[in-house]
Amino acid sequence: MENLAPLAEEAKAKIAAAEDGQTLEQLRVDYLGKKGQITGLLKGLGKLSAEERPEAGAKINVVKQELQALIGERKAALESAALNAQLAAETLDVTLPGRNASVGGLHPITRTIERMEDFFAAIGFEVVEGPEVEDDYHNFEALNIPAHHPARAMHDTFYVDDSTVLRTHTSPVQVRVMESQEPPLRVICPGRVYRCDSDLTHSPMFHQVEGLLIDEQSSLGDLKGLIEDFLHAFFERDDLSVRFRPSFFPFTEPSAEVDIQCVKCSGEGCRVCSHTGWLEVMGCGMVNPRVFEYSNIDTNKYTGFAFGMGVERLAMLRYGINDLRLNFDNDLRFLEQFV
Amino acid sequence: MIISEQWLREWVNPKLNTADLAHQITMAGLEVDAVEPVAGEFSGVIVAEIVSAEQHPDADKLRVCQVNTGAETVQIVCGAPNARVGLKAPLAVVGAVLPGNFKIKKAKLRGVESQGMLCAEEELGLSDASDGLMELPTDAAVGTDIRDYLMLDDNTIEIGLTPNRADCMGIAGIAREVGVLNSLSVCEPAVEAVTQTIDDAVTIELQAPARCPRYLGRIIRGVDVSQPSPLWMQEKLRRCGVRSIDAVVDVTNYVLLELGQPMHAFDFAKLSGGIVVREAAGGESLTLLDGQTVELTGDTLVIADQSGPLAMAGIMGGEPSSVTGNTQDILLEAAFFTPELMAGKARGYGLHTDSSHRYERGVDFELQRKAIERATSLLLDIVGGQPGPVVEAVEPNDLPERKPVTLTRKGIRRVLGFAMEDAQVTRILDALGLTTSPTDEGWVCSVPSWRFDVSIEADLLEELARIYGYDNLPVTRIKADLAIPQRSESRLSVRRVRRHLAAAGYQEAVTYSFIDPKQQQVFDPDQQPVALKNPLSADMAVMRTSLLPGLVSALVYNTKRQQPRVRLFETGLRFETAGGELVQTPTLALAITGSRGLESWADDRSVVDFFDLKGDVEALLAGAGAAGNLQFKAAERDGLHPGQTAAVLRDGEQIGVIGALHPGAAKSLGVSGDVFVAELDLAAVTKAFVPAFAELSRFPEVKRDLAVIVDRTVASDDLMQNVRSAAGTYLTDLTLFDVYEGKGIDPKRKSLALSLTFREQSRTLNDEEVNQSVQQVIDSLEKNYKAELRG
Repeated sequence: MENLAPLAEEAKAKIAAAEDGQTLEQLRVDYLGKKGQITGLLKGLGKLSAEERPEAGAKINVVKQELQALIGERKAALESAALNAQLAAETLDVTLPGRNASVGGLHPITRTIERMEDFFAAIGFEVVEGPEVEDDYHNFEALNIPAHHPARAMHDTFYVDDSTVLRTHTSPVQVRVMESQEPPLRVICPGRVYRCDSDLTHSPMFHQVEGLLIDEQSSLGDLKGLIEDFLHAFFERDDLSVRFRPSFFPFTEPSAEVDIQCVKCSGEGCRVCSHTGWLEVMGCGMVNPRVFEYSNIDTNKYTGFAFGMGVERLAMLRYGINDLRLNFDNDLRFLEQFV
Repeated sequence: MIISEQWLREWVNPKLNTADLAHQITMAGLEVDAVEPVAGEFSGVIVAEIVSAEQHPDADKLRVCQVNTGAETVQIVCGAPNARVGLKAPLAVVGAVLPGNFKIKKAKLRGVESQGMLCAEEELGLSDASDGLMELPTDAAVGTDIRDYLMLDDNTIEIGLTPNRADCMGIAGIAREVGVLNSLSVCEPAVEAVTQTIDDAVTIELQAPARCPRYLGRIIRGVDVSQPSPLWMQEKLRRCGVRSIDAVVDVTNYVLLELGQPMHAFDFAKLSGGIVVREAAGGESLTLLDGQTVELTGDTLVIADQSGPLAMAGIMGGEPSSVTGNTQDILLEAAFFTPELMAGKARGYGLHTDSSHRYERGVDFELQRKAIERATSLLLDIVGGQPGPVVEAVEPNDLPERKPVTLTRKGIRRVLGFAMEDAQVTRILDALGLTTSPTDEGWVCSVPSWRFDVSIEADLLEELARIYGYDNLPVTRIKADLAIPQRSESRLSVRRVRRHLAAAGYQEAVTYSFIDPKQQQVFDPDQQPVALKNPLSADMAVMRTSLLPGLVSALVYNTKRQQPRVRLFETGLRFETAGGELVQTPTLALAITGSRGLESWADDRSVVDFFDLKGDVEALLAGAGAAGNLQFKAAERDGLHPGQTAAVLRDGEQIGVIGALHPGAAKSLGVSGDVFVAELDLAAVTKAFVPAFAELSRFPEVKRDLAVIVDRTVASDDLMQNVRSAAGTYLTDLTLFDVYEGKGIDPKRKSLALSLTFREQSRTLNDEEVNQSVQQVIDSLEKNYKAELRG
């Protein structure tokens, strides 16, 4: 018993000095194991008298528990240090780029068409598409543009044969809708159109979104309201000035061109608006009753209006694209800006 | 149409500045495209007369002129070839400022003092080029400021007229509009009938009255064509974009610009017999004023005499009968030609003239007499001569009909969206010449001879709206019955397809629908593409039968610009002819090349192969939810690698093709590096299904792996099909997890490693059942593919 204290001191020092779990385990076996020295002392209690035994036993047990606790603490400390070391070793440069973050994107024309569709779909317009190689009847005649009408000169048409053209606008889709559906009608027709013209501001292929509404009640006032709302929504500017100018289209009467205040210079006058402060963005008008007659729609019962806009033009204004041809070069450096 | 603002203001002069006037015209539907001053900005330029002109002592090309300015005589050194004694020309005096802020100072030219500069038109911004000093009329008052003398404080107004507004193709028509817009009356120059002084009359025969129902002619004898037209007329013409030629041509052009009536003058001495307006006979030809000789087709209307055609009616006069410097007697013509029958005729000859432009759109058919009287009186003032009577040939039944048009208050409310006051309606329409008579519901309007665009109520409504002002119309919102539309769940939107591909790293391209026929032939040599009759260029001549040529070209555009990795897709129509019928099919195409991943520290620098694209196609089609029925079968297609091409089938039906670009095709399209492409019918890609839930098994699955060695030529998909049918119903999943060729295996053979998953819905499978199933697979593979189990 007289060596309990030095034994305890020796054990404590060794535990404190242990550098790994294995050494610690060996110390536990050496002192507290079945054949350990502290265990040995406990076993030696039998040699003591019954009077001495409880006190001595209690002392040994105190040391035993103390050593057990110290071993546990040391073990936890070692594990924690090991974990910290592992974590330190596993530290990454989290600022490195992630693996294969490749994303593509939509063409600005598609992006613009989809926005337009959404605005009109939200108020009950259905999206309709149609053929691009179109017959003369649907592209011209049913829209009140008979052969040799001077208005045909407005359309630089690509011909496939005498009676077949590349559609010059998406209006023929509206004709097809009028032929196959009963009013009331609310449709918009996006798509590719073709004109035999190519320079800085004209592409032989471009995109239009045209709309048609036919109902028992529809007036120029409704058309103005719809177009103004649309343009405000499209440019996300409620204060954008919109003006309607009388114009001529064979398929509408009255007809109007729509100008917006230049989005580049806010109407001050700049290169984009040819110093007029205004940008022509679309054409529209009340459907000419003759067009209704071609498609057998009762002109006494129904009125309607139609509108059409160039997608490239609006996309270019919206995103500040300064060259029409970029839309068709498909240069990734351009396309990737519209992810 | 280009007009002079001053000329317009002679007719009607609203209290508006130029910009406000232009805006007003624009907002009434006559869009002003440009307003330009008729002269440059300058000051200090006066009318001066050269009183002497001596050779410069030290310069061959210069002359030293003494010039009378009205107040004094100054010395001017001048290099113009036409600087001669007696010439009146503009003089920029010392202190003058010419266009471009060019200040005139006293100067010495080769040692001789010059106190100003004699000016050419170009130097005053009156024309783009000139070959000498501007020659002013001899009666010009010396000392007068040139701006006042030429009335240069004027603008040209260019109006982009829409084809319906033929009535505004003259000062008179535009003045009418401006008058209505400002509630002003129009001050028209008085046109009085010129009294004939001789009896010489031409005979006129209308042989094609439907096309020419009215023709007027007048002989004027003894004209002096050497007399130039007056400066004021030349200036007005110039400001309207018309060059002065001679007095006769100038007068006809003047009347054209003023009233909108095309006119023509023949040298009467060169005519044989009377005028016949007829269709050209076969084999006739005519040398036109522009010098070209044309063979006349039978549907061409001509003005002829007894010996043959003199002019192409309403398009261009003939050279042989034209007025020249020697002409003494002229025949003036003013006619009306039916617009519908004029349309396209000039274009048929590759011609487009001021006359044809107006006749095709419609010239006022009551205007001819006024025009010929106006021209006569202008002409007599300049070239003199003895006028004969005006001879008129007319076929009243063939003149355009003008039916009255009914307008109702209800119509106004319905279309314009508000009730316009009666007084306003009648004021606007009456002022436009659409004279109103009241009815119970509204009005009946007569339509004047100058309006070819008013025949139904909508036309009148437009007139009301545009004069009232579109911007003044009420703004309302549409009202509608809202019904929920049908949306099929078994049809995906194209939008979702596009989004899927964008998320998979593809960038959307938009390529032209017309392509180079050579490129079309690379992919579809057996197809006759739809060809354009009038392509813009040879490389945009046929409609694409496939999206691949265009998309590969877009890919090449980028690889040529150092893009190491390109993934593109496009949706659009392809145009094929099947059984004589054109079929326009919505199509999706993909093209990839270059590195597999983005260039990055983490990338292994590998490049894409067939299976990258195939995986993307599979994922896309799986996204639609029907990948289970998807099949790829080795196939061939022109332009694609014969050993790396597959037909894509869904439910046994071909929906597209996928493959590597053929090295030959790659070469002809300028491709470097391996390119993989796919083309799919969009309708098949967007075909989806409505999910139907299947019960989940609560029992564990059993997995077995199997490696077999088979011939290299065995298609793995075939073999997998075989495994599926041999394994029986417990097999729920089958994966090919390794393919090995090489060391340790017969070079003609390959090893395929399969993972088979078994599971039963209602119980746990025992080993025996699974073993039996695996054995069936092994037996079948041995029998059908001479497969050996790999040890």
